[in-house]
Amino acid sequence: MKLGYYPGCTLKTKAINLEVSAVKSLEALGVEVEELERWNCCGAVYSLADDDLVHLLAPVRDLIRAKDQGLDKVMTLCSMCYNTIARANLLMRKDEEKRDAINNFLEEETDYFGEVDVVHYLQFVRDDIGWDKVAAAVKNPLKDLKVGPYYGCTLTKPGEIKIDDSIEPVSFKNLIEAIGAEYVAYPDAETCCGSYQIIGNPEAALKTTATIVESAEKRGADALILSCPLCEYNIGRRQADVRGLREGLEPLPVFYFTQLLAIALGLDIDTLHLDRNMPEAQKLLEDKGILATA
Amino acid sequence: MLVTERTIDREFVERMLEVSGQPFKQCMQCGTCSVVCPMQESTQLTPRQVMHHLQWGQKEALMNTNTPWICASCHTCEVRCPRGIDVPKLMEALRLQILRENKNFVEPFQIDKEQLKEAPQLAFVSSFRKHTS
Repeated sequence: MKLGYYPGCTLKTKAINLEVSAVKSLEALGVEVEELERWNCCGAVYSLADDDLVHLLAPVRDLIRAKDQGLDKVMTLCSMCYNTIARANLLMRKDEEKRDAINNFLEEETDYFGEVDVVHYLQFVRDDIGWDKVAAAVKNPLKDLKVGPYYGCTLTKPGEIKIDDSIEPVSFKNLIEAIGAEYVAYPDAETCCGSYQIIGNPEAALKTTATIVESAEKRGADALILSCPLCEYNIGRRQADVRGLREGLEPLPVFYFTQLLAIALGLDIDTLHLDRNMPEAQKLLEDKGILATA
Repeated sequence: MLVTERTIDREFVERMLEVSGQPFKQCMQCGTCSVVCPMQESTQLTPRQVMHHLQWGQKEALMNTNTPWICASCHTCEVRCPRGIDVPKLMEALRLQILRENKNFVEPFQIDKEQLKEAPQLAFVSSFRKHTS
């Protein structure tokens, strides 16, 4: 099976730990990805203004590249890319007036009518592979590891492009159980991490992140899994600053969900690129005896 | 605050309706958006108060509150609004009212060098999209 793949800017550098672990895990599950030969930044956020078409050009161009390459489905790994491209795709399917304006403006490009399906990796693994098959492929079940899901916002909101329930999603729970880890429920798995406010209003972002870390720790999580490089930065690599804001917080390792999947599938430690995670991440896996058997 | 015919900026109300496409006059002030807002610790007006000021055309109050600039566009309020109002779209319309005058909320050249090195690309792209003109 071949699957179109849109990486997005962060995946090739600062979130290489997400890309490599994800692509190698899919290979282990029998799926090969075909990266877009040419792609550009999706814009990271979808324009929320009705009179702003110019910011739709970037994601639409990516969709046109996918169509030109003969792909009928494009998978993204980054949650924000998923959100932006899926919403642009929906607009191109449903809003005839805006679609015509965009197609006219991009006159040198192929006309686009929303022919390509946009999916997120987690959705693809769930719907096209299935948790049973994932569980059957696990060689190294992550016993004794208590994992909390962190969905963030862009995978499940707004409702028009959600890959799971907007208020009570379950996909990460199913994944955690499929890879043999223990699922930890906590109330802030969908609470926003502050997103891009980490640049303009860092304190506001770190405050909400502190709530997430505290809530997961209170319920006994050893680690969190997530799928967005911006959430990973705010909750993971900025966690020393988060802990400085609230007393009593311990380091809570944060992984991309594909990293734990790769370990469970018995892939080589090199696929994890753990040097891009917060330092406590590798230590937790060593302390639990998980890396030694990988 | 005294609201009279003279304090209502009708042109502003129409502009916000046009840019957001959101029927904010239908808001019934239940406050669900404010309860679920993850940024509420840092905002001056709650989303419910923003909606109220919009309904009454209080442009000046809305141009001087930090709420649209603290909003992270997470859509937590939008998926819970019983009136089906997309509150983040209104926050965007408020931001654009200022950004379209070529004003910046974040100055790209003043970002801390350590953060430039460490933060992921999408943090900058999204921040500049939301906070620069």
